[in-house]
Amino acid sequence: MSTRHILLGLLAAGPSHGYDLKRRHDERFPQARPLAYGQVYTTLQRLVRDGLARIEGTESEGGPERTTYRATEDGSRELARWAREIAPPAPFVTNEIFAKVVVSILSGGDAGAYLRAQREAHMERMRELTAVKTAKGADLATVLSADYALNHLDADLRWMTTTAARLTTLTAEVDSA
Amino acid sequence: MNNGDGKVPLAARGLTKAHGRTEALRGASVELGAGEILAVTGASGSGKSTLLHCLAGIVRPDAGEVTYAGERLDRLPERRLSELRRSDFGVVFQFGQLIPELTALDNVALPLMLAGTSRGEARARAGEWLERFGVRGQGELRPGEMSGGQAQRTALARALVTGPRIVFADEPTGALDSLATEQVMTSLTHTARETHTAVLLITHDAQVAAYADRDIRMTDGVVAAAGVTA
Repeated sequence: MSTRHILLGLLAAGPSHGYDLKRRHDERFPQARPLAYGQVYTTLQRLVRDGLARIEGTESEGGPERTTYRATEDGSRELARWAREIAPPAPFVTNEIFAKVVVSILSGGDAGAYLRAQREAHMERMRELTAVKTAKGADLATVLSADYALNHLDADLRWMTTTAARLTTLTAEVDSA
Repeated sequence: MNNGDGKVPLAARGLTKAHGRTEALRGASVELGAGEILAVTGASGSGKSTLLHCLAGIVRPDAGEVTYAGERLDRLPERRLSELRRSDFGVVFQFGQLIPELTALDNVALPLMLAGTSRGEARARAGEWLERFGVRGQGELRPGEMSGGQAQRTALARALVTGPRIVFADEPTGALDSLATEQVMTSLTHTARETHTAVLLITHDAQVAAYADRDIRMTDGVVAAAGVTA
């Protein structure tokens, strides 16, 4: 995920300082890993260096002094370009689950048992996400991110189900290779 | 087996059932705890629906036993079985279970009236259940005038209005889009948890199964994974 574009996107709502951007990021992307302060400040400095944001000023309001940033015209154009850009439909065939199944077959392990255990773990995570998104008062950002994760886990699960059904054939192919 | 503690109201062991030459169940075993929401997943033809029919007392297994609250369901006389189905079980299918000539409100009131409740009282309680499932405003519509999701939420209200201990749901969202599925499943699971009603949910969809407390998977007429003490 492009942290610089996410921060540019948050700056589109108006000037803001690093602490506030981090807080809003963590609110908007509740299922994502929280941003580290260091990463926020480094990214903001790079946005300024590249002319996509500039320092608006400093404020303290009784607390520690904070630098406020604003997106530049170039920043807004870059954000619009990025938002329109199609993400590559990556096949993700280097996925760890896929690798483990193949390695398990190569090493004479029990790929079927691994798939069953992995399936259980996926279902457990899907139950957690479903509980999060259907909890009373869940906000839209939480629901959307849980939907996203659920659909990807579901795709993994369908692949695992098909693979379990194919294991006999797959094992023969890998063995003879 | 004594279920006096209420922990396992429904249990099946070694169920077999053939439809002609096809063996739909080949020794399936399952336990449903009190108030538990259990999803049964599996490919089509794996025996999920036949399992539900045997557990709900709709069909009798060829062999094996089904125990409900200490009674052998598979041995009960038909009359006692239909009493039990009316008083203790609620059933929801993929579609078609509402009576097309009746309004949503009368569809939900019907099971109460069949059990001897007056029409006025039955309609009042039906209204409360429609409210619970978010379709009170559709109370005067007939099934053909409602969306698929509204019809399924009405069917759920009808299945729960008599206060059953177990609801059997066979692909209740099979004909719905993802948002209607979410509304139906959220209504069903929230209400079941609030009223401590057990649910046996048949689905081929992992995202629907994720609303349950636990899931088991059927393959070729047997329970293939997790959660069963066969």
